[in-house]
Amino acid sequence: MEDNILVMKDITKEFPGVKALNDVNLEVRRGEIHALVGENGAGKSTLMNVLSGTFPHGSYTGEIIYNGEECNFKTVRDSEKIGIVIIHQELALIPELSIGENIFLGNERRGRFGINWDETFAQAQKHMSQVGLKDKATTLIKDIGTGKQQLVEIAKALSKNVKLLILDEPTSSLNEEEARMLLDMLIGFKKEGMTSIIISHKISEIAYVADRITVLRDGAAIETLDNSAHDVDEGRIIRGMVGRELTDRFPARERKTEGDAVLEVEDWCVHHPVYTEKEVVSHVSFHVNRGEIVGFSGLQGAGRTELARSLFGHSYGAEVTGTLKLNGGEVNLKNERAAIEAGLAYVTEDRKDNGLVLMDTIAVNNTMARLEKVCSRGGVIDINRENAVAEEYRKLLDTRTPTVQQSVGNLSGGNQQKVLLSKWMFADPDVLILDEPTRGIDVGAKYEIYCIMNDLISQGRSVVMISSEMPELLGMCDRIYVMNEGRIVGEFTAAEATQEKIMEAILCSDKKEEIKEVKTA
Amino acid sequence: MTEKLKTPPAAAAGAKHSVSNLLKKYTMPIALVVVFVFFSFLTKGKLLYAQNISNLFLQNAYVLVMAAGMLLCILTGGNVDLSVGSTLCLVGAIAAQLLSRGNLGAVTVILICLAVACVIGMWQGFWIGNMHIPPFICTLAGMFLFRGLGRVVLASKTVSISNQTFLNIFTSYITIPGVDSEALHLSAFIVGCLVAVGILVNAVLSRGKKLKKGYAVAAPAGYYAKIIIIDLLIVAYSWKLSNYKGIPVMILWVLGVLALFTFITSKTAFGRYFYAVGGNEKATKLSGIDTRKVYFAAYFIMSVLAGFSGLLVSARLGAVNGDTGMSYEMDAIGACFIGGASAYGGSGTVPGIVVGAILLGVINQGMSIYGLDNNWQYVVKGAVLLTAVIFDVVSNHKTGKSG
Repeated sequence: MEDNILVMKDITKEFPGVKALNDVNLEVRRGEIHALVGENGAGKSTLMNVLSGTFPHGSYTGEIIYNGEECNFKTVRDSEKIGIVIIHQELALIPELSIGENIFLGNERRGRFGINWDETFAQAQKHMSQVGLKDKATTLIKDIGTGKQQLVEIAKALSKNVKLLILDEPTSSLNEEEARMLLDMLIGFKKEGMTSIIISHKISEIAYVADRITVLRDGAAIETLDNSAHDVDEGRIIRGMVGRELTDRFPARERKTEGDAVLEVEDWCVHHPVYTEKEVVSHVSFHVNRGEIVGFSGLQGAGRTELARSLFGHSYGAEVTGTLKLNGGEVNLKNERAAIEAGLAYVTEDRKDNGLVLMDTIAVNNTMARLEKVCSRGGVIDINRENAVAEEYRKLLDTRTPTVQQSVGNLSGGNQQKVLLSKWMFADPDVLILDEPTRGIDVGAKYEIYCIMNDLISQGRSVVMISSEMPELLGMCDRIYVMNEGRIVGEFTAAEATQEKIMEAILCSDKKEEIKEVKTA
Repeated sequence: MTEKLKTPPAAAAGAKHSVSNLLKKYTMPIALVVVFVFFSFLTKGKLLYAQNISNLFLQNAYVLVMAAGMLLCILTGGNVDLSVGSTLCLVGAIAAQLLSRGNLGAVTVILICLAVACVIGMWQGFWIGNMHIPPFICTLAGMFLFRGLGRVVLASKTVSISNQTFLNIFTSYITIPGVDSEALHLSAFIVGCLVAVGILVNAVLSRGKKLKKGYAVAAPAGYYAKIIIIDLLIVAYSWKLSNYKGIPVMILWVLGVLALFTFITSKTAFGRYFYAVGGNEKATKLSGIDTRKVYFAAYFIMSVLAGFSGLLVSARLGAVNGDTGMSYEMDAIGACFIGGASAYGGSGTVPGIVVGAILLGVINQGMSIYGLDNNWQYVVKGAVLLTAVIFDVVSNHKTGKSG
C-alpha cells in the first residue's frame, strides 16, 4: 500500500455545455513531485481548482481524500487550513504593497492593536530566505521582477504552512536560468518532505523535476508515468498528451540566409521611459532579410521586448536614437500608426494585457490594427465584410471557435494567440516581430503557430522571433541574435547555433569582455 | 406517476434556457414595459393621455441628447462628465442674453452658442486627452467653472427668452394645412406609418442582401418579431402625437442626434475606437490608434451636445437662471447605466441608453402624475439605478464575463 497524501476519485466537473473533467482519478504520494501535463483545455487547471476549493464541494462529483480523510472544501480557505496551497499562473500579488504585506495578505499577523508590523516583516524575511530571496521585506512588489514575484508567491505559500503545494505553470514567465532555480528549489523542498503538484507545458522541465507524471487529455486522465529515474521519453509524454505521434516538433523548411535586407537597424539606443538616465537598449545594429526568420535570444530583461517596441513606432522608451531602414529607405516612425503603415507589426508577448480586447468579439479584434481596410472612404465599417474577413482567418489559422462573434476572452490561450496573429496578418506587414509567440500554449498549438510562421515566410514576409525557449529558436530560425543587458552579444546562423554557444555568449558578455571579440568567437 | 406527467427534463431545460437568454438580452426593454404598465394602472390611465405621451419625450429631450455623449465618455473606461449640467447652463445663459439684446438673429445666436460649446469641449478634451488629467477631477472643476461663468453671464438674474424664431426652431409643432386640424393632426400619424413601413422594407431588403452574399443572418422569427414590435410602437406613438398638436420639432432634433450617434457607435471606425479604448487601452494604442484623440473626441462631443441641450432646455423653459441644468449630468449618467452601459467601459449601445432614459422618464412622469412626494421620487430613482447596475453586474458575473 502506497502512502498517498492525496487521492482524487472519479472527479467529474461540468460547465454549461462542456464536461471539463470526466471521472478523473489522481493519486499523489507523500513527498513526491507530481506533474500534470496536457494540452490547453485538457482539464489540468480545473482539476486543481476542484482540489483547492475554488470550485466548492457540490459543484463537482467525486471524492477528495487528503491524508486519509474525505474533504469537502467550500472555499479556498478551507483547503489552505489543512496545508493545500495553489499558486496560479497569473500571480495574485498587489504591486503597490510590500513583499511582507503581500506574504501575509489575508493572513495578517495581528498584534494587540491592529497589525504587528515588526513580526510581519521579520516572519516574511524568514520565509523569503527559505526561497532564496535577498530583497528586503519592505520592498514593493512592483519594484522586483517577475521571477522574484514568483518566489514571493512561494514564500507566501510557505507562510501558510503548506504541505501540498500546487504550482500552475510556475515557469511560463521566467527565463531558463530562473526556471532552473525554481525547479531546484522544489527538489530541495521535496527533500524536506513537502509534496508538490506542478502543471507545466515545458516537457523538459517536467522530465527534469517530476517523480511521476499524470497525463490528462480532453478531461480524462490518460496515464500516469513513472519518472523516478528522470529518464522518461519526452516523445512518450507528447504522444500521451496529443494522442498522436508528433515526429517533428518543428515543421520542416529550407533555411536560408541570403536575400535583400528588409529591415536594417543601426546604432539603436533606447532609454528607460521613467528613469531616463538608464540605457535599456544600447547601440544595437542588426538586419533582417526578406523571407527570413530571425531569432532574438536572451535572458529576461535583456532588452529584447524594449528593442522591438521602440522600433515599432517608439511605443516604448525615451530618447530613442539610431537609424531604421525599411526596404532600403530610412524611415522615422513617430507612432504606432506610422509603423503599421510602413509595414511593421509587433505581436506582443502579453496577449491579454497588450494584445487583445478580451470583451470584444474575434471579428472586432481581427480588424483592429487596420480597420480602414474594411471601411468605406468615410470611415463607415462594412460589418459584413469584417465578419467575412474574420471567418477567412478563422479557417486559415484553424482557430477553434463556434463563431467569430465569440468574445476573445472565452477562447483558450492557443486560440487567442491565433486571433492575435490574425489581427497582425490582416495588417499586411512586411516584417512581423513576434514576441514570445508560443508562451503559455500547448504543444499542438505551438506546432500550428510554427506552421503559420513558415507560411508567412513563404509569402515573402519576414519574421523576427523573440523567445526565451532556446529549442524553438534553434528549431525555427535562420539566424539568431543573442542579447544581454541591452546589447547584442552574439550572432549565429542556424547551422552553427547551439544552446551551449548561446548561453556562452550571454555569460561571456557578463564578464565585460569586448563585444567584438564575442562576435568573432 | 408524477414522473411521467412532467415534461422531459432535457426539453424543459432547453426551453428554460432560451427564455432566460431572452430575458437577459432584453431585460431593460421588458423592465420598461413592466414599469409603463404599472404606472398606467397607478395613474388610472392618465399616463397614456396623448399630452403626457407627447411630453414624455420633450421633457427628457436633454437627457436623451446628453446621454448619447455621456455614453462615449463612459465607453472609454467608465469615466463620466460631471460638467454637462453647468455647460448647459452657461450656453443657455449666453443664448438668453444675446437674444434679449435683440441685435442678433436666432440662427446667429445658435451658431455662436454652438461655437462656445465647441470651445468648452476643446478645453475639457485638451486637459483630459492630451494632458491626462483624470476625467473625474477635470470635469468636476468644469462643473464649478461653467456654473460660475453662467451665473456671471446672467448677472444672477433670470433672463427670459422672447425671440419667437428661436423658440419656433426648437419648440413648435409641425402643422400641414389641409391635412391637420385642431382636433387631429393626421400628418403625425401618416409620417409614423411611413417610417414604420420604411423600417420594415429596409429590414427585408438588408436581410435579402445578406442572404444573397452568403453572410450570416439572424433567425427570421426573432428578427421580424423585433421589427414588428418596433413598428407597432412607432405607429402607436405617432397616433398619440396626432391627437395632441402633431409632431414636435424638438423630437426631430433629438431623433436626429440619436440616429447620428447610433450610426457613429455601431457603424464607423471612429465609433469603434471608443469601445476599443474602454476594452483595452494598451492594446488599442499598440494597434496604431491614437488614444489621446479618442479621449479628446469623447469630451469634446459631450460638451457640444451639452451646449446643444442648453439651447433645447432654454427654449422649452423660455427662461434661463443660475440653477438651470442643476444635476442634469446625473440624469444623463443614470440613463447610461440603467441602459446597460458598463461601469468599467467598453460596452453599451445608443438604443440601450435610449431605453434607459425613457425608463427614467416614465418613472419620473408616472410619479409626478400620481402625485408622489418629490423627496420620495429621489428615493425611487436611486433604487432603480442601483437595481439596474446590480442586475447588470450579477448577470455578467453568471455568464462568466469579467467586468
